[in-house]
Amino acid sequence: MKRERPRGNYLTLMAVILAFILGVEAQRRGYLNFARENPGDIYRLLVQHLQLVFYSASIAIAVGLTIGTVLTRSFMRRYRETVLNLLGICQTVPSLAVIAIAMSYLGIGRRTAIFALVVYSLLPIIRSTVAGIFQVDPALVDAGHGMGMTPRQVLFKVEIPNAMYIILTGIRTAVVINVGTAAMSFLVGGGGLGDLIFSGLAMVDAGLMLAGAVPTACLAIILNWSFERLEKLIISPGIPRGE
Amino acid sequence: MIELNHVTKIYPGASQPAVDSVSLTVPDGEICVFIGPSGCGKTTLMRLINRLIPITSGSISVDGKDTMGLDPIELRRHIGYAIQQVGLFPHMTVRDNIATVPKLLGWTRTKIDARVDELLTLVNLEPKTFRDRYPRQLSGGQAQRIGVARAMAADPPIMLMDEPFGAIDPINREILQDEFLRIQEKLKKTIIFVTHDINEAIKMGQRIALLKEGRLIQAGLPDELLNRPADEFVKSFVGADRVLKRLNLLKVRDAMMTNPVHCLSDDSSEKVLEQMVKNDLAFLIVTDRGQRLLGYVNQYDLRGHKGHAGDVARKLTLTVSPERNLKEALSQMLSYDLGILVVVGEDGRIQGVLNSTTLSTLVGSTYDERGGHWGRITAAGRIL
Repeated sequence: MKRERPRGNYLTLMAVILAFILGVEAQRRGYLNFARENPGDIYRLLVQHLQLVFYSASIAIAVGLTIGTVLTRSFMRRYRETVLNLLGICQTVPSLAVIAIAMSYLGIGRRTAIFALVVYSLLPIIRSTVAGIFQVDPALVDAGHGMGMTPRQVLFKVEIPNAMYIILTGIRTAVVINVGTAAMSFLVGGGGLGDLIFSGLAMVDAGLMLAGAVPTACLAIILNWSFERLEKLIISPGIPRGE
Repeated sequence: MIELNHVTKIYPGASQPAVDSVSLTVPDGEICVFIGPSGCGKTTLMRLINRLIPITSGSISVDGKDTMGLDPIELRRHIGYAIQQVGLFPHMTVRDNIATVPKLLGWTRTKIDARVDELLTLVNLEPKTFRDRYPRQLSGGQAQRIGVARAMAADPPIMLMDEPFGAIDPINREILQDEFLRIQEKLKKTIIFVTHDINEAIKMGQRIALLKEGRLIQAGLPDELLNRPADEFVKSFVGADRVLKRLNLLKVRDAMMTNPVHCLSDDSSEKVLEQMVKNDLAFLIVTDRGQRLLGYVNQYDLRGHKGHAGDVARKLTLTVSPERNLKEALSQMLSYDLGILVVVGEDGRIQGVLNSTTLSTLVGSTYDERGGHWGRITAAGRIL
């Protein structure tokens, strides 16, 4: 533990220096002009992007946790593998294709974008929920039942708290990937920072592209970091982490 | 009281019943040990009692009430439950772990806190130190203690314990067993105790039920199993050293000879020697007038000595308490090559003498009639 702090600081310092050099270079090439002249546009699209991520992640977490939990119940034993395999196959479909398929049925607009994002983040959440609950020591579940907990109490007071570390890791992965995928919702008229990225790509305008790409990347990094913080708050200090 | 009446459990798809028509009564305040080789159905039988496993046929009643007529959740909340893997919840502090059942029963915070501290003290853990620890900060022995405390939290009259001391090293296991017996002495719970260790069964059980392939082979007092095994299986299960194991069950008090031959410290040396020669005694215990052990004299020291026997008495450091079990006493006798052990109570008074003759009579084989090199020790009282 003690050795890792200085190394972390060292890396942060390196990153700051690298970012500074890149920034200077971008400025020299005039890439920052667009961003300087249109801060309002970037802000508006950033908010749109955040909304896309927030709505889709909230729905995906709610649905994913529910499906994941239901899959671990004993009455689902026969279907569990099938469902997980099906979801695995769905996950291999590229995100762009998911968005395209969603568009062909739902038309264009934000709803379509959110729908596609939810579908795409569902699997990591379901998987981690199932894996998290399954790695809970059966002795804990047995002790819970033996002491007279109802099945619901065993789930909420024993299984989920002990699966939390793995579940939250899955959610974090899903949300961070979601930030990147959300850039594509521009293609179905969902808005977001993808607007700048894809326009920049189409017009071969590095300034425009960077104005979208840099905030997207920062958003992903900040969200990842926030989730790590959140994990520390939510997960009981009694649970060993980092295995 | 727990009554099992032709209890049978057949798992779906299994050809053999896991538990086959077991009938057994466990009286209030007793520890009943379920023992047998692995796969004999002892754990299943235990889990049928609190309905963690549904029964196939037969009936189980707890305090006269058929468990099938009770709500399983309510039933379990009133039956303590401790398992080998302990199963402490890692995300909860020791306090919250112990408070599990009281919380389910809706106790108030103050009542729970008081109970947690009381239980921690009972299992020999300092409440202030351990209350707020998490299970991963506990040693194996401490975790097992908390596991037992958690099972007793709501003061259930009945407890089910599945190898509760199984996961710890032999030394700590002995300590925990002793502590638990001390607690049980006070609390008088009705306990089902599952183990595969015959020594643990003999030590913990007032009653032992030996199972094999789901059937109850023999149930009875530990001494009955050792002394009168029902068949070859029981005989081999309790082990070839079953005779020695009986020594575990008996206290020094049960085997000692009271009022052993001795002299007082102010008896005249000459007269004591005379009596010792006459009775063929090489050594003799010396006490004061209050029956307190002072030591022993031998013929060699007394020879030619004019004065009191107490003046030439040698110290006798190896004595045994009447509450120790005979196995420990015998081990002491063997390791120090003693023919007899003087039994001394806590107040220093001599209570009796343990010699190899009485021991060998007890364990069922005859041995040298004479008490080793001490010569014949009789219940004759003062020698003069």
